[in-house]
Amino acid sequence: MGMNKTFEVSNRYHDYKDYTREYTEVGRSIPRLDGPLKVTGKQQYTGDLSLPRMCYAKILRSPHAHAKIKNIDYSKALEMDGVLDVLTGKDFPIDYGIVAHSANEEVLARDKVRMWGEPVAAVCALTEEIAEAALDLIDVEYELLPVVTDARKSEQFANETGVLIHEDKPGNIAHQGSQEYGDVDSILAETEANGGVVVEGEFYSCQYHQSFIEPQAALADYDVNKNKLHLWATCQVPHYTHQQLAKVLQMPMKDIRITVPLLGGGFGGKGVATTADFITSKFSSRIGRPVKCVYERSEVFAQGQGHHPAFMKFRQGFDKDGHITAVDFKEIMVAGAYMSWGVVVLFYTASMTHLPYVTPAAKFAGKLIYTNTQTCGAHRGLGGAQPRFAMEIMMDMAAEKLGMNPLQIRLLNAVESGHTCRSMMYVPHSEYKKALATAAKNCDFENKVGKLPFGKGIGMSGGYYISGTSYTLYLSYKPHTVAMVKIEGENNVVLYCGATDIGQGADMVMAQMAAETLGVRSEDVKVESRDTETTTFDLGTFASRVTYATGWAIRRACEAANQKLFPVAAAIMGCRGQEVGVKDYQFYSIYERKRKNVDWHEVVDQYIQANGPLVTTGQFTPPRRKGIQQGGNIGHSPTFGFTCQIAEVTVDLYTGNVHVDKITEAGDLGQPINPMSCEGQVHGSIQMGMGHALLEEMRYADDGRLLNPSFHDYKLVGTMDIPEIDTEIVESYDPSSPYGAKESGEGPIQPTPSAIFNAVYDAIGFRCMEEPLTQEKVLNYLKSVGKNL
Amino acid sequence: MKNQLITLNINGEDMDLVVAPTDLLVEVLRKKAHLTGTKKGCGQGDCGACTVIIDGKAVLSCLTLAIACQGKKITTIEGIADRKTGEMNPIQKAFLNHGAVQCGYCTPGMILSSYALLCENPHPTRQEIRRALSGNLCRCTGYILILDAVEACAAEGGVL
Repeated sequence: MGMNKTFEVSNRYHDYKDYTREYTEVGRSIPRLDGPLKVTGKQQYTGDLSLPRMCYAKILRSPHAHAKIKNIDYSKALEMDGVLDVLTGKDFPIDYGIVAHSANEEVLARDKVRMWGEPVAAVCALTEEIAEAALDLIDVEYELLPVVTDARKSEQFANETGVLIHEDKPGNIAHQGSQEYGDVDSILAETEANGGVVVEGEFYSCQYHQSFIEPQAALADYDVNKNKLHLWATCQVPHYTHQQLAKVLQMPMKDIRITVPLLGGGFGGKGVATTADFITSKFSSRIGRPVKCVYERSEVFAQGQGHHPAFMKFRQGFDKDGHITAVDFKEIMVAGAYMSWGVVVLFYTASMTHLPYVTPAAKFAGKLIYTNTQTCGAHRGLGGAQPRFAMEIMMDMAAEKLGMNPLQIRLLNAVESGHTCRSMMYVPHSEYKKALATAAKNCDFENKVGKLPFGKGIGMSGGYYISGTSYTLYLSYKPHTVAMVKIEGENNVVLYCGATDIGQGADMVMAQMAAETLGVRSEDVKVESRDTETTTFDLGTFASRVTYATGWAIRRACEAANQKLFPVAAAIMGCRGQEVGVKDYQFYSIYERKRKNVDWHEVVDQYIQANGPLVTTGQFTPPRRKGIQQGGNIGHSPTFGFTCQIAEVTVDLYTGNVHVDKITEAGDLGQPINPMSCEGQVHGSIQMGMGHALLEEMRYADDGRLLNPSFHDYKLVGTMDIPEIDTEIVESYDPSSPYGAKESGEGPIQPTPSAIFNAVYDAIGFRCMEEPLTQEKVLNYLKSVGKNL
Repeated sequence: MKNQLITLNINGEDMDLVVAPTDLLVEVLRKKAHLTGTKKGCGQGDCGACTVIIDGKAVLSCLTLAIACQGKKITTIEGIADRKTGEMNPIQKAFLNHGAVQCGYCTPGMILSSYALLCENPHPTRQEIRRALSGNLCRCTGYILILDAVEACAAEGGVL
């Protein structure tokens, strides 16, 4: 169980809670603290903000997917009444990108465009309407280039036509990677020789988009007298955007401030700087007025940053008892037109094959390929969703060959606490087996699988995700996250932390964690976050890192505050400092609470009158792990969350429609900080995962135009589609985590598609291996076997 | 086309507004009446974030011309709380207490669609709630807790 972690910290103040787990604030399903503003319409998102003298920017986008820009004539646009300024690629000679080593994105295209919808010019005007009308007056002369949209043909295309998407990338290969842990080929041969099975398959995980409801927006206010920029942006990584703005605008970081109002969803898609961030900043610096830019829905799709599609070839061995022996994974992953997060995602997919099952040997060979399609980015479940989709289908294929049921084979292979992967990744804590067994029991899985009438099916799938990452792209060795607590009479408790609430409720969870350690009410903790100037540093919201990483920083900051307050309380109560506990605004002796206690405010007042406000900080950086090689450090995490989902479906034999009747989920997410919020994360993941399974795919014409950049043609799961969902948080507590918690927002998206695919196989025998599982594919299968009605 | 002065009745108050004949209600509400609680998610009538209530019916303000709303009663998310005290409407409280809010961007539209439903049909079945909210997209919650909130609000006395 790896329990030694618990006792390592046993001599510090306050740690009795680690034994008793007598939490009062952690574990409460309190409604979100920003909720009243949101339900009354008072919450201001970036697009809602306005400043005096504000102007509006609009972006001209390429109608072509691959073309040289011969000339741009914007003289007529500049002459139009109300137009203040125009920018083109010439104004942005420096590229940007989230991964500094491979940054190749152009704010506005300079010499050529590489995807449909790529920004080529921008207009700033007194109103949005004038800016939009002025776009029509810009004359761009293009010379069309041949287009490639299929990553499998991109290398051959480059060789045959001599046309490269990026001149410095022969074969349109953005990156190649390989890993080999063990002699996989020999092991697979031995597996078959010894009576085991090797299952293989070619899988396709399609390109889907986060489709947050709030479009990206930016509002820049440049003070030309002080040469300082203040940007409000829809960004889940403000500190990364801070670095990139400084680089592109050639400004010192100290003169740039980024404030992130609450976000209307992100799911990774807002984990990059946007064109709007740069052009509003530049315009504002040139005309000395605040400038706002809000994307249309089609621009949200054009900006891309969706899931990386992957063509995957897998071979996986199982011995005759069902134990996994080795995995062989070959992948062609689609980058789209630019790099963005690409290289990171490529290595994540490799790393993610080592879990959640004991995998003694693994081999990976992957290529990340440029195409003339939307740039892909960081999508919820980054790098895990692709292999998970394939590998959970293969678990079922193996079970069938070995005469086992899908639950048995998963239970047999599931990792337990204290597991070290072949790649040296370490799993301190796992209740995955409990999650599998609980989900199966809750829907009577074993009595249903393989026993339902034709057209009805049930399918199981497992998943997991990292809770934080040890790997950083931020070019600095400083701590990954810092929290600061200020306690003073007038303001009670203020918690400063740079983490970004993107809608998941991070601000509330941070307040709950601080309140738990300080012994105050969560509702009374003011959280100051999402500002690069007035709060502390934090890497941002990605990799399900916030609860775990900021949790440690917050706990350490609050413990440092308690170290100052406990002696004061002890002196008043007449006990030793080490025996002081704090809860419900009361300090007390943990041995005789009834007799020895004192009001929290009294202690704080005494401290402040003698010393002034109490300010403490705490920080956290995940420990790096020695011995991880071949890029396996990308994907390593301080801990991991696990989940199991079971889908029950009805296939319409007339139309091929797959109706999801019910999803049963059981999750190991450690100690839930806010169970209601965790449930919401799981439900939301299932909604998205269902879309990936059945509806969602960004589709391109042969000339590279995105065919469905709207919610009219890119369908999301709605209220009529969502099935009954039964979730259970299994009893779990991760002793390596500050409050026992693990991720709950990215693991649960992994199993949904494959659970539905496995259920459809159970229903009609159709082993589909490519997303999405459209009505057309189902009907074609039914016709091919003569089972359609 | 020339701008014109029109009067719109928004949340019980008459407001004089200068609009172009082509101006959409969502833009007029947000930019000219400064009621930014009405959100714009797609501008094409697909997502429902811009839902407002016009004469008792839930309507997409991104597909409605502002000039066509003269003489009608427009209710936005800012207008359903108690007018005197500012206390939240029961449907707003229900969304809050049932975890039906995450990022909050779809929330005003969701609440107004629910409010219009409960005004017309105080005791809807779950299927009727699903149908009434089928034009409102949410990407965070998975809808279940939203359906629960509307059901609970109906069971606890409704919105009026």
